[in-house]
Amino acid sequence: MTAYVVRRLLFLPVVLWAVSFIVFVLMRSVPGDPATAIVGEKAPLEVRQRVRRERGFDRPILVQYGIYVVKLLHGDLGESFKHSSEKVSDQIARKLPHTIELAGAAMAIALVGGLMLGILSAVYKGRWIDYVSMTVALAGVSVPIFWLGLLLILAFESVLPISGNLNPELILDSRTGFILVDALLARNGAAFWNALQHLVLPAAALSTIPLAMTARITRSALLEVLESDYIRTARAKGASPARVVLRHALRNAAIPIVTLVGLEFGYLLGGAVLTETVFDWDGMGTYILTSVRETEYESIGGAVLVLAFMFVLVNLAVDLLYAFIDPRVRYGQSEA
Amino acid sequence: MDNRKLRILLRHRAAMAGLTLVVFLAVMAGIIGILSPHDPVTWRPGEQNQPPSGSHWLGTDNSGRDILTRIFFGARVSLLIGVACVAFSGAIGLPLGAAAGYLGGATDAAVSRFLDILLSFPGILLAIAIAAPLGAGLRTVILSVGIVGVPQFARQVRASVLVLREQEFVTASRALGAGRFRTLYREILPNALGPIIVVATLGVGSSILTAAGLSFIGLGVEAGTAEWGAMLHDGYVARELRKTLALYSGLAISLAVLGFNLFGDGLRDALDPRSRA
Repeated sequence: MTAYVVRRLLFLPVVLWAVSFIVFVLMRSVPGDPATAIVGEKAPLEVRQRVRRERGFDRPILVQYGIYVVKLLHGDLGESFKHSSEKVSDQIARKLPHTIELAGAAMAIALVGGLMLGILSAVYKGRWIDYVSMTVALAGVSVPIFWLGLLLILAFESVLPISGNLNPELILDSRTGFILVDALLARNGAAFWNALQHLVLPAAALSTIPLAMTARITRSALLEVLESDYIRTARAKGASPARVVLRHALRNAAIPIVTLVGLEFGYLLGGAVLTETVFDWDGMGTYILTSVRETEYESIGGAVLVLAFMFVLVNLAVDLLYAFIDPRVRYGQSEA
Repeated sequence: MDNRKLRILLRHRAAMAGLTLVVFLAVMAGIIGILSPHDPVTWRPGEQNQPPSGSHWLGTDNSGRDILTRIFFGARVSLLIGVACVAFSGAIGLPLGAAAGYLGGATDAAVSRFLDILLSFPGILLAIAIAAPLGAGLRTVILSVGIVGVPQFARQVRASVLVLREQEFVTASRALGAGRFRTLYREILPNALGPIIVVATLGVGSSILTAAGLSFIGLGVEAGTAEWGAMLHDGYVARELRKTLALYSGLAISLAVLGFNLFGDGLRDALDPRSRA
């Protein structure tokens, strides 16, 4: 166990380095001159040359990479060009909590809804409830998230807020950056309620894919477990059907479900980008979209890097948890 | 595919429903130019934002173009993008996975780590990171979405090859004097084809979805192209004016992806009896 954890932790810096290297290469793969790509072709020659000097584009690429790595180790992701040279890391520090809040809410909906649908389909396998849940689950993975967001807007625009995170007149001190937490800390019930209302539609839209995935994996994991001997034993002992499913079967079906959660987190981070653009959610997705429009490559690179780092860390946490639950993994026996 | 598997597939109602969807969209994409009197590209300034009518069944968009016609022309673009992306993923993923599985050792370790690193990025984010510096365009879409799909292919091929290379017919082929490459190419890969087709089918669906996402944030095909993601975005921006445009282009994406997902799941059930629930 310890050896496995140590090996995974030792490999972590390598993965993070590789991710940052890929981001560096991609952001420098702009065709033509990177300075021109940032300021635009219409910018005067002097401006272009100044940017080239300031950003170090005139130096050898290896030197540029060295500077990038040193800055990265200090948590410096570069500067925004169009927004009075604000630090990208400061901008991301403001946006990231909002995206985590959205992804967290979506994950909660997905887990509760997915487990319920999955359990119902497994227990009533082959009945109408199974068909309905599995159809919903399949539709969930096929529908573009931004289209679903649009449908939700059309359906609920008179009842719920459809854009932004919080009504502008409700001013909150940003202590943690998480709006719901800040509202609680400030004991501001109105702001909390308003923020919660803003969260409902985007979180519902974002939750569909992980919800569908959770439902499908729960169903198949449960079906497998329900055939086993110890379930028959539990039934023979006279345990109630609900107890058999929830206590005996679900526990042993938990391993594939837990693994999936890590994977789903990646979908949530990626999906959040698209969902946020539909609902004008002031998070990483809207930030990336704006940066793409304004050709702010350091901002795009920084945002992608931060989200990928988060994905890597969550997956690591899930893998370690998985090893903790399932002793077989510790010794690498499940390696295909 | 032998007869038994084909029969399972033909009796698989969900798979046949999926296939019907895909074939319908493909056929319509092919013949829409003959069926529709409308031009999908030319602007018609006098006919903008018309409601549905006898001549424009779903109305017109803000350039006066017939929405229904553009949806089916969009099928052309989106299906082609889906297939092209998968071809790209396969062209890189197949050799990588086959080499990793067959050669093992250092090759396997290197390929597997590389795939792990590609998988460290959430799919759409990697696509955005590749596409953003290159700028919008068809080639950008195929390249970025194609790269995102590489790990699925490579991992599947690697897993199949790992199992197959230990089989007796492989040993027999080697014993008969066939070289390693020939054994891989003639004996192992044909037997790994089933799962690869499944990955490819499901891959077309997810590629269409990712490509539509890219288009939606403005990194897809050139502006004005009849592509579903871009049309959905146009419709979304002017929500009040063109609800139908956004609704139907999104519906088209969903149906196409659903079709490939249903058919892919059915193929998997037919080709691999163990996976059947």
